[in-house]
Order: sequence, then structure tokens, then C-alpha cells
Amino acid sequence: MVPLSYYLVLSGILFACGVTGFLIKRNIITIFMSIELMLNGVNLSFVAFAAQWHALSGQVFVFFVMVVAAAESAVGLAIIIAVYRTRETLNVDRVNLLKL
Amino acid sequence: MTPSPHLWLIPLLPLAGAAINGLFGKRFSRQTVSAVALGFCGAAFVMALWIAAQFHSSLPLLENLAPWIRAGDFQVDFAFYLDQLSLVMLLVVTGVGFLIHIYSVGYMWEEGGFYRFFAYLNLFMFFMLTLVLASNYLLMFIGWEGVGLASYLLIGFWFTKDSAASAGKKAFIVNRIGDFGFLIALFLMIKHFGSLNFVQVFRIVSGMPAEVAGTGLLTAIGLLLMVGAAGKSAQLPLYVWLPDAMEGPTPVSALIHAATMVTAGVYMVARSHVVFDRAPQALMVVAIVGTLTALFAATIGVCQTDIKKVLAYSTISQLGYMFMACGVAAYSAGIFHLMTHAFFKGLLFLAAGSVIHAVGGEQDMRRMGGLRHHIPWTFWTMTAATFAIAGFPPFAGFFSKDAILWRAYASPYGSWVYWLIGVFTAFLTSFYMFRLWFLTFFGEYRGAAGASHSDGHIQVVSSSRAEAPAPHIHESPKIMLVPLVILAVLSFCGGWVGSERFDKFLSPALHAGVTADSPEEAAAATPATEPKEQGGSETVLTGVSVLAAVSGLFLAWLLYYRRPQLPQEIAHALGGFYEAVVNKYYVDEIYAAVFVKPLIDGSTRVLWQGIDRDVIDATLDNSAEGAREMSDAVRHMQSGNLRSYAAWIAAGAAVVIAYMIWMGTR
Repeated sequence: MVPLSYYLVLSGILFACGVTGFLIKRNIITIFMSIELMLNGVNLSFVAFAAQWHALSGQVFVFFVMVVAAAESAVGLAIIIAVYRTRETLNVDRVNLLKL
Repeated sequence: MTPSPHLWLIPLLPLAGAAINGLFGKRFSRQTVSAVALGFCGAAFVMALWIAAQFHSSLPLLENLAPWIRAGDFQVDFAFYLDQLSLVMLLVVTGVGFLIHIYSVGYMWEEGGFYRFFAYLNLFMFFMLTLVLASNYLLMFIGWEGVGLASYLLIGFWFTKDSAASAGKKAFIVNRIGDFGFLIALFLMIKHFGSLNFVQVFRIVSGMPAEVAGTGLLTAIGLLLMVGAAGKSAQLPLYVWLPDAMEGPTPVSALIHAATMVTAGVYMVARSHVVFDRAPQALMVVAIVGTLTALFAATIGVCQTDIKKVLAYSTISQLGYMFMACGVAAYSAGIFHLMTHAFFKGLLFLAAGSVIHAVGGEQDMRRMGGLRHHIPWTFWTMTAATFAIAGFPPFAGFFSKDAILWRAYASPYGSWVYWLIGVFTAFLTSFYMFRLWFLTFFGEYRGAAGASHSDGHIQVVSSSRAEAPAPHIHESPKIMLVPLVILAVLSFCGGWVGSERFDKFLSPALHAGVTADSPEEAAAATPATEPKEQGGSETVLTGVSVLAAVSGLFLAWLLYYRRPQLPQEIAHALGGFYEAVVNKYYVDEIYAAVFVKPLIDGSTRVLWQGIDRDVIDATLDNSAEGAREMSDAVRHMQSGNLRSYAAWIAAGAAVVIAYMIWMGTR
């Protein structure tokens, strides 16, 4: 039996990777994938705890997260396409009209 | 009791007229407006007559309409009270008021704002009747303030004229000072008597033991009431608003600033006679103020050249007489003079209005003259009024003025000093009135040729409305002449009642309050109604006052008819004193320097620039500026760069986590 702490460390690493990617990457698609990475890092800790405590709610919660993530990626990709069509770039630093 | 007199209808009728004309009058024709105004005002007059005929034997009447303020033991009601005193006032106000309404239709016919004028006039009648009929001081105060409002509105009737607008403001503000005193008096009454009802207050006051009554409370109340009366009735030192009030239309001057409103102070003092009877010091102040005002205003009147200003100072002077009478506890004489004064001074103003009308808006007497052939009706009615105010027997003014002078001399509170000043003032009155009379109606017409007979350096006061080079002098229409004639008849025979009979008629109202509770104590407190026995001296004193009137006439004749160049020489001989009198003793200037200027400077420097701008505004401005600067500093966080937002979120999350770890490990 793999101890719980291993899962949590892996989950933390995944999440940290996601945050780092989000902060340093400029391509929207990559940022988007980093978000997925963070979500899955969290998902991993959910299921690890669920298995540890034999509580089903953690597993169920992961399904909710997946569903929301799927919906989110649908919307997000649509936005990305719209952004690309109008501005012909995927570099987020160029998408900065929303400032004072 | 006999069927209800419905006193409440009397003030309400003019109010209805004011409401109809004020709300809908703009769409009415002039005929409709005057019909409404005259109808409601006349109805009030008829009603007053009916009540006088029907109920004069069952006075006093008390009509309680509705509760108004109830707080613990203290209560004030909407209630009307009619006794002999208010009956006289009621008849004078509605009667003279109605006549002046009629006159106004003719006088104001050509003016703009016709409906507005009559709405105000009816509103004034409403408040004045409320004042007169009120059964407690608070309701009286409502009327008191209301007539002040109406007076303000009507003085500033030609509000596009700057001088009229500021004259209205001046009247209102000076009256505020008096009202302040009145209000404090009311507060004192509430605190010490627990009531403002006339009947209750007077019962408490007359029941007070002498040692309590002498402690100064009643004196304080009396003096404060006198402050109020001095404001409303234009006595020293608050008289300054009345001459300026002549900026209003002439019927307004006649109605409000001669016949009715300005006499409210006299009425109030007479109404509060129970208080004054038990506060001899206050009574003495009333007498002194009245006497000084009478003399002071008369001397100013001698040198005025604006026909309405002469009448204004004359009004102040005559009001001084009334206060002199009240101050020697001869209230009935004061009210008697109030009544006759309402007749002849109302008439004088209306006739002056007719003169002004005739010469096309000119008010400067130096540009009149010789008018008696052109406007005979005005001339003869004005003559009646002039003889009445000068105190020639058998005109009305003779009886009332003589009664006042006699009582000033013979009353237990009186003194020969009052009498002497009174007689001298009577002489001055006669002089300046005949001066007006001669300048206006005799000699040559001086209007067209400009100021040929000029008193030299006197500033030209008016000639505001018309610059007509040679106005076609014409008599006024009949609608203006009828009131003149009626008032002339009243000025002639209004005094034949005789002061004794008048005194007897008023005595239930003017002595009853004291005798109500404890007759023997009241007898000690009440001044003896019978004057000191002086044998035949009354006849002598009467002779002296008639002599004063005749010599005034003679001097005026000499100076302004016989030898019109003399006044200028006398003026030169008098030098500085003449200057001071012409400039009204510089009272307005002194007030401006002592009160108005410090007030304006203080308001400008301290209140506006100091407190308002440097404290209140500065607080607001600085905090807004601070918020703006802080926002300006913080707004750079919102760079629009997606990754910087993410970094902020991450940093925030890191801080939260660090905090939680730190909390957990502690």
C-alpha cells in the first residue's frame, strides 16, 4: 500500500507545475493546459483522501470537477478561437486591452 | 348662548379668496379676480358687522374649533376669542381693508401681476384676522408671522426692482428681531404659567401675589413683548424697515403699513394689559419708547420730500402716540387712536396714491404743487385727513390725540414730560402734514419744469416708475374715489364717539382680566381708571394741543405758501443739524456700520472663508483628493496583463497558505 503522503506530494508537484506553467508561458493553449494540470493535481489529492478514509464523496467530487473542467475547456477553447480570429495571435501579453 | 357666531368663517373667507386667486387667478380676467377678492373680503366685513350687531351684548365669545397641540398639561387649541377689544380691531381691519381692496382695483388695474396682488392682499387679511381673533398667544403668533410674510410679499411686489426686493427683505429681517423677543416671552409664559391661553395666563398673572409679581418675571415678559411690538409696529429702535416699506404699491402702504398690520403691536400690548399692569417698569419702557419714537419720527418727517416717506414717518410717529397711551395704562385711548388713525392714515395714503397716479408716478413733492384744481376730489378728501391727523376739532384725530395727551398727563403712570413731548410732536405733525398739503396742492405746478423749487442738496428719493416729461394730470377713476370719500367721512366724524364712551365700551375687555379672581387685590393692582382730579385743566390742555396744531398750520403756511424761499434759508442757518435730519439722523448708516457690516464681514471672513471653505469644504476636498491619489497608485495593479493577474492570485494564495501554516505550527 502506497502511503498517502506520496500521493499528496505528487499532487503538490502537479499543482506547482501547473502554476509555474501558467505564470511563465505566453501561449494561451499552454496556459490552458496548465490550468488542467492544476485541476488534476487537486483531483489526485481528492481521490487519495477518498481512498484513505474510504469515503465516497471525494470520488464523486472528482467527477464534478471533471465535468466542470470539460465545460470550461469547451468555453475556453471557443474564446481562444475567437481571440485568434480577431487578433491573429495567441500571445497573452498582446491581449491586454482590458486595462486602464 | 345665542346661535353660534361662526367666528372661524371670518378669517377663512379671505383665505378662500387668496387660494382661488392664487391658484387659478392667472387664467381669470381682471374682472373675475377683483370680483373674487372683493367678494370674499366684503363677505368677511359683512360677517363682522353682523357679529357686531348680533353679539355685542354677549361678549366675550370663545369659540373652540379643534385641539392643536397637546403635551402633558400644556395645550393649545385652534380657538377664537372675541371681546370688545378684538371686535374693534375686527371692524377696523375688515372695514378699512375692504375699502382699500376696492381702491386697489382701480390703482392696480394697469399693473402686471394683478391676480398675484389680490391673492397676497387676501392672504394678508386672513393672517391679520387670525391675529386679531386668536384666543391664545401661539395662534396670535401665527397671525403675527403671517402678516409679516404678507407684508414681505407685498413690499417686494415689484420684485424686479432691486430696491423693492431689498426693502422687503429688510422689513422681514428687522421684524425677525422683534419676533425673537415675542417668542422668548411666549417661552417664559409656557415655563412659568404652563399655558398660552389669554384667559388662563391673565388669571394666573392677576392672581399672583404682589411680592411674586414684582420679582421681574412679569417685567421680563412685558419687556420682551414690547420688543416684539416694537418690531411689528416700527418703534425705536426697530422702526427702520417702515420707511423702506414704501417701495410697495400704495394701497399696500395704506393697508399694511398704516392702517392695520403695524398697529398689531399696539393691539398686542393692549391685549396683554394684565401683564403690563403688574409690571410698572415694563409699562414705563413702553411709554418712553412710544414718546421718543413719536418725537423722533416726527422730526424726520419734517424734512422728507417723498410724499410717501413723509406719511411713513408720520405713521411711525402716530404709532408712538399709541404706545405712549398704552404706556400710561390708557389702553382704550391707544386703541381709540388706532381706530381713527386707521381711517385718516389709510385715507392719506390712498389720497397720496391718487396724487401719484395723477402726476404719472412722481412721488417727490418738490415736483408737485398746484394740484388742487386738477384733482379736487383727492384734494378735499386729503384735506379732511390732514386736518384729522393734525388734530383740529372736530375731526377724528383731535379726539383720540387729545385723549392720549390728557391721559399721558393725568394718568397715575403719566407725567408732564410725556405731555410736553406729545404736544410738541403734535405741533410737528401738524407742521409736516400741512407742509405736504401746501407743497402738493398749492402754489405752481413744478413737475414739468423740473425741480425749480429745490431744497438744494436733498437727494431725490424716487420717481422710479415713470419718466413722463409732462404728465397729463387727471383725477382718479370713481372706484378709487369712493373709498376716499368714505374714509374722509370717517376721518371727519370717526371721533365723535368720544373717548369716554369708547373707554366704557372697551372697559370689560381692558379691565375684566384683573378683576376676575380676587377683587380686592385686583383693585390694588389695577390703575385707577379715573384720572387724577385736575379740575378744569383738561380744557386748558386741550386748548394747548389745538394751539399746537394751529401754529403748525400757520408755520407751514408761512414757510411753504407765503414765502417759499424761507425754508432754504432756515436750512442753511441750521447747517449740520439740518443735514442730520434730512439724512434721517444717519440711523440707517449707523445700523449698517454697527450691525450689518460686522455681520456681513463676519459671515464672509469667518463663516464662509474660514469655516465653510477652509474646514468643511477642505475636509471634503482633501479626502476626495486622497482617495483619488490612492486609487491612482493602486490602479497599476490592473495592468491588463493576464499573467500578472495570475501572479497576484498566486501571491495571494501563497500568503494565505503561509498564514495558515504559521497558525497551524504555532
